[in-house]
Amino acid sequence: MEKILKQEKMKKINRNIILVKGLLFKSLFLALPIFVISSCATDEKQTVTNFTEIVMQDEFDTDGVPNSAIWGYDLGTGNSDTGSGWGNNELQFYTKRTENVKVENGYLLITAKKEPYNGASYTSARLTTKGIFDQAYGRFEARIRLPYGQGIWPAFWLLGANIDEVGWPQCGEIDIMEYRGQEPAKVLGTVHGPGYSGGTSITKSYSLLNDRFDTGFHIFGIEWGPDYINYYVDNVLYNQITPANVKGEWVFDHPFYIIINLAVGGNFVGAPNSETIFPQTMLVDYVRVYK
Amino acid sequence: MKKNKYNYSKVSFFLGLVLTAIVGCERSPSDDAAFATFPNDGEVFIDGFTSGLDYFPFEGSYFQAFTVDKETKQKGSTSMRFDVPTVGDPLGAYAGAIFRTATARDLSGYDALTFWAKGTQAGLINEIGFGQDFGENKYLVSTDLQLTTNWRKYVIPIPDAEKLIAERGMFWYAEGPENGKGYSFWIDELKFEKLGTIAQPRPSILKGEDKVETQFLGSPISMANYGLTQTFNLESGVNQTVTAAPSYFSFKSSNIEVARVSDAGIVTFVGPGTSKITASLGGVKATGSLTVNVPGSFPVAPVPTLSQNNVISIFSDKYTNVPVNYYNGYWAPYQTTRGEQTTIDGQNVLNYTEFNFVGTQLTTPIDISGMTHFSVDIMMLELPTDIDLLLTFKNENSTATTFQQNRIGQSYQLDPRAPVVYKDTDFKAGVWSTIKIPIRPTSQTSLDKTGVNLIIIENIKSSKVKTIYVDNMYFYKE
Repeated sequence: MEKILKQEKMKKINRNIILVKGLLFKSLFLALPIFVISSCATDEKQTVTNFTEIVMQDEFDTDGVPNSAIWGYDLGTGNSDTGSGWGNNELQFYTKRTENVKVENGYLLITAKKEPYNGASYTSARLTTKGIFDQAYGRFEARIRLPYGQGIWPAFWLLGANIDEVGWPQCGEIDIMEYRGQEPAKVLGTVHGPGYSGGTSITKSYSLLNDRFDTGFHIFGIEWGPDYINYYVDNVLYNQITPANVKGEWVFDHPFYIIINLAVGGNFVGAPNSETIFPQTMLVDYVRVYK
Repeated sequence: MKKNKYNYSKVSFFLGLVLTAIVGCERSPSDDAAFATFPNDGEVFIDGFTSGLDYFPFEGSYFQAFTVDKETKQKGSTSMRFDVPTVGDPLGAYAGAIFRTATARDLSGYDALTFWAKGTQAGLINEIGFGQDFGENKYLVSTDLQLTTNWRKYVIPIPDAEKLIAERGMFWYAEGPENGKGYSFWIDELKFEKLGTIAQPRPSILKGEDKVETQFLGSPISMANYGLTQTFNLESGVNQTVTAAPSYFSFKSSNIEVARVSDAGIVTFVGPGTSKITASLGGVKATGSLTVNVPGSFPVAPVPTLSQNNVISIFSDKYTNVPVNYYNGYWAPYQTTRGEQTTIDGQNVLNYTEFNFVGTQLTTPIDISGMTHFSVDIMMLELPTDIDLLLTFKNENSTATTFQQNRIGQSYQLDPRAPVVYKDTDFKAGVWSTIKIPIRPTSQTSLDKTGVNLIIIENIKSSKVKTIYVDNMYFYKE
């Protein structure tokens, strides 16, 4: 029964994608005039690549631990590159325990808990395809129901696979979706690179009208080509970033890998407070990459 | 401002009756067979009263507190202005009213009451909400609200909109002076809205705690007094909690041979034993529970035997009592004691909870010169091992306040001026103790016996007294 439902859902989603594509183009053309006005110097001929061939997908259909052929983990409170708090003064200790990460009923569940653990006050999980899967260009998207509350910071993002050679931000970072738990109707899409990282990153927010991100699933994606990164939520294209927008070197022409994580606290959101309800769970229905 | 009980104005009530009667005459019999559908208009006050809306101030409030203001408005041509009176204003002690529609409205398609508001100062409105109709107040909602001096939009979520298919109470508020001073505030664009961002419901009863209480056969309680709330997370990230009427909840008693809960949240105790009362709201389980232990009927205090001629009674069903101002003065800021006179199984009794100290003030000071004793009946259901009470008769009218003090229970840090009149070991849990205190000569106490006006009982050792019952307080002569 469960399986049939899942197939039904798949069909529906596929249909939606077609619809999304149609709408995307419409939206793109609508957005074009604005773009042209704001950056006359760039090539006015917009190349829109059609990313339809799926190259990687996880539908999270097998209960248990996430598929190790796709996902690895970042563990603890940071590494030698990021330093403690993963470079953002985050408060959680990442584990791969089932309490923090598991696949159940067709979803990947990443759960942030409030508990003393190895000196930290919170635990959570961060999944990465580093060393397993990376790709330059294409369509990256995930269907996610987000958690909520002050200090809750989930993200679906990409890092340049050359990070160990060139370091951050030279490697580039594409944040497909970031969200502050205290602003449950708003997400942000951002790129970081040399000369435009952290506080000077190129970012834009997208807010739902009469809805919010923690009560239902939404699709967060990018369409990424040689000279542009298009950001969309569900069927709405809300931003396009091109080399003209960044105040530095365009570092998005090499393979990137995927990270999905649920942070607690940190510079971007501030610490949780007494109003924050724990545990908080982020549900991921699927992750798909097209070329 | 301390919590008041708001009573509606009788004048308004009669007006309401007349209206109902007129409507009643126009109704044709065939309507009874048709399904009633009510208008689903969500607007309450935008630039004036919306259809059928009327203003009914609370009894004792400043009736002219509400006006339509054409000068100050957030949007459009007018706003609602409320003038809170200053302490001592002869026209009313506070501002408060309901705004009710003549015909019920179907609000089930909305998820919140929203409005813009600002004040001449950053006052805290004591109670504001909807669902008060001077009828059953079945779906009453209230919260407090912190104003600022700038216009801000406020959201009061509906605990469960599916219930509001025929609602007349569109809006109500009650606000007293801030630090004794009156002020004004404005409300504009008052309406029910479907925001779509009212999410993550977390209903609670007993403020989310699990409590155990003793209750008695034949003495029902209302769950409305047990911290019923609904909390939503708003788009702003704020967790907004409102107090919700019992009818929003679905209650469950684990043992219906002991306790039964009506749809209106009235718990009736029907047999001895234990039952755990839990609840849900809109299909979401509420946190908190009330476990009741019902030992049986309430033990009635022994009936005094002396004749009326020999007593000056302060609280007794047997005697005519002298008038009192209160049996609990709720003295700020240190008193925690709740409760006062209550009726259990037809008997009047004083029932105090969270007891640290409590006072009974007489309306007119009494002369006890001819009296030899003071008698009081005390009962505790759970008896602390270290009970030590200090009972004082006071005369606040003599040149200097004079008093006689008496110790009931342990002699913890014994004060020679307060001799022990009843030993702690003589108390038995759930059994009334009759304590007879000799009136001592003024030379030993200082008490001026011609004008006693205050009787104070203190929980001097902060013993864990959950509930203390007091009955038959009277002076007498042997």
